[in-house]
Amino acid sequence: MKPSGNILFSGVGGQGILLASEITAYALLEAGLDAKKSEVHGMAQRGGSVVANLRYGDTVYSPLIDPGQADFVVAFETMEAVRYLPFMHKDTKVVVNTHKIAPPSVATGKALYPHDILEELTKLGIATFKVDGFDIARSVGEIRAANLALVGALSSFLPVKEEIFLEVMKKRLPRKLEENIAAFQKGRAITS
Amino acid sequence: MAKANSEKIWLSGNEAIARAAWEAGVTVASAYPGTPSTEILENLVKYNDVYTEWAPNEKVALEVGLGASFAGARVLVTMKHVGLNVAADPLFTASYTGCRGGLVIVNADDPEMHSSQNEQDNRNYAFAAKLPMFEPSDPKEALTMLKEAFELSEKYDTPVLFRTTTRLAHVKSLVTVGSRIMGPVEVKIDKDPAKFVMLPGNARARRQAMVGRQQQLLAFADSYAGNRIEKGDKKLGIITGGVAYLHCKEALPDASFLKLAMSWPLPEQLIRKFAASVDEVIIVEELDPFFETHIKAMGITCTGKDKIPATGELNAAIIKKALTGESPELFAPAAMPMRPPNMCPGCPHRAVFYNLSKLDVFVSGDIGCYTLGFLPPLSAMDSCVCMGASIGIAHGLTKAIGGDQYKKTIAVIGDSTFLHSGINSLANMAYNKSHATVLILDNRITAMTGQQQNPASGATLMGEPAHAINLEQLCRAVGVEHVTTVNPHDINGTRKVIKEELERDATSVIICRAPCVLIPEMRTKKITPLTIAVDKCTGCQACVRLGCPAISWQPLTPDEAKALGKKEKQKGYTRISTEMCNGCGQCRAVCKFEAISEVEVG
Repeated sequence: MKPSGNILFSGVGGQGILLASEITAYALLEAGLDAKKSEVHGMAQRGGSVVANLRYGDTVYSPLIDPGQADFVVAFETMEAVRYLPFMHKDTKVVVNTHKIAPPSVATGKALYPHDILEELTKLGIATFKVDGFDIARSVGEIRAANLALVGALSSFLPVKEEIFLEVMKKRLPRKLEENIAAFQKGRAITS
Repeated sequence: MAKANSEKIWLSGNEAIARAAWEAGVTVASAYPGTPSTEILENLVKYNDVYTEWAPNEKVALEVGLGASFAGARVLVTMKHVGLNVAADPLFTASYTGCRGGLVIVNADDPEMHSSQNEQDNRNYAFAAKLPMFEPSDPKEALTMLKEAFELSEKYDTPVLFRTTTRLAHVKSLVTVGSRIMGPVEVKIDKDPAKFVMLPGNARARRQAMVGRQQQLLAFADSYAGNRIEKGDKKLGIITGGVAYLHCKEALPDASFLKLAMSWPLPEQLIRKFAASVDEVIIVEELDPFFETHIKAMGITCTGKDKIPATGELNAAIIKKALTGESPELFAPAAMPMRPPNMCPGCPHRAVFYNLSKLDVFVSGDIGCYTLGFLPPLSAMDSCVCMGASIGIAHGLTKAIGGDQYKKTIAVIGDSTFLHSGINSLANMAYNKSHATVLILDNRITAMTGQQQNPASGATLMGEPAHAINLEQLCRAVGVEHVTTVNPHDINGTRKVIKEELERDATSVIICRAPCVLIPEMRTKKITPLTIAVDKCTGCQACVRLGCPAISWQPLTPDEAKALGKKEKQKGYTRISTEMCNGCGQCRAVCKFEAISEVEVG
């Protein structure tokens, strides 16, 4: 029986979630696993809350992660980790970008960005790994590499060797490969 | 693009359908973009030896497809579910003419309405138009079954419907690809008026031919390997298809299954055989009780929608709970602000809706990115029904109320939507004399679905320069005398024109022209972002009411306000994100305190 798991990627439209989930999917496939990924395109992409489901295992049937079944949540924005709380279970590992993006109600002064929102996870005992994706991206000299830092932090938990991830990145990233690999490794160091 | 035979690659449902069309020898494809179908043609255009085009609407796309099929070509036509309503006219009679070259119509349903105004179940069209319908469960099946659909189309002289849903179109999995094999029909003009001229006399004969075809298709469905029984526990027999099959396999792996790969016609003998082999038959399908109704009509005892929801998407958890009562305890959602989608920074639509939010008017909206003008803080849309409806609704409203109601009625429609189905309604307004004002938001592209060209864009899907319809001339040609073009980023100038045209005792059109910020020319344009001088910001929130993602309100306590040298009662100030700002200048136009200026370089 091969290992199986469910990864939920969440964030704000335009943050590079599709690329991050794609790199992860290719790594799982290269490791000999079956995988299915579900994305939402269209209207939700315009700065709204977006989510991608990635499931892997021996044979994957449904493309959707059921509520309470996400083994990993990779959140590109802080609040967007907590939004998917009903999809988590007590052993879910959450990799979360500490970068915050104000939703329209906050940006227009109608609501406040919830203070210490990650406490909603930690108080339930959910393992939460903070990644300052913005800082890592800046330090490697590629502002768009934050998503690879998050993939790096996730990668420590997956049944895929680091070399496979590196090979996939070499094959799949069109530009700024060195910077992206550096961001991946900095992210990975946080969880390994 | 062509990969070696039998190689496994990772494709979405839409990518797999494009690949399959190429492998099936498709040479002509026409479509109007619509989520979740758009990426099919966006991918098919990358293959050699296939003519692909964006048609102005789905009806045109299907008619183009029908013509190409009459000539003997294998043809793919794609659209979203509501697009098939637009194409329903040719669809029903194409069922009479049949085809020469294989004609497959991909119809993408959107259960849960991720990106749609309704969640109609288009399997009903297969029944109503008497056409066969395939429905794969995943990208791998989509590739195999699309090729089978072309064979079926030619063998039985019928257009074939191919239904996908969001959870197939936008799901990726491993797919086995093959090589391109051309269709068997010779491409030529082959006059056959008895088949192609649907006058009553001919149509009556074709109607009889359809009766025979339906019998043959029924026999095919019973023998088709895609419709298959998977023996399991005899106690529970599940009849299902499409993505629901995958959810069921996850929820109840031990049950017996009848997996329907064809949603129409239903394989009656196979269904009877399956029903006789299990103790209880339950039908699990997304949306309407389509299988259930027709299987019950066969006199077979079964249950379905009394347990399974008829609205929204299904997943394994919903099915498990419905059929076993099991439902795991879940963490409750945490309270937090919603994050709805928003127009992009620099979007020209925002400026238009900002103006509309300041006017006491009924805004009859339409389908596109600008539908987001409904959301706060702009909140400036009062109706939105379907593609092109804005103009007809505005006309009807003013005719019903009469008087000078036209001075308070505005229709708002995008360039692509206008050319899709708004132009007829504008002709009606001019012809039947209503004086409401029509705003055409011309951003040069079909934006919501991801920047596809339209007849006003000046380029084709295949990248060739094309005639760009002159919208001003077009509006004048249908009888609108008063056509004004404005730059929507000029908020104050635009408002003046809108107010003048509302007063006008005649049909008038205002073309608000500024390109979508996501088209390639705009993406590569040098941007000078704007910034706010905190000392000049009085916290009036005029710019905040634009709802631009680059602008955020920074609340201040009285002490903080004082520390910043402001009056204690100032509740906050505005900040502009340099990374997100596109430099459009809308906020500068609405700031009365000259607090907004360009970021100084260096």
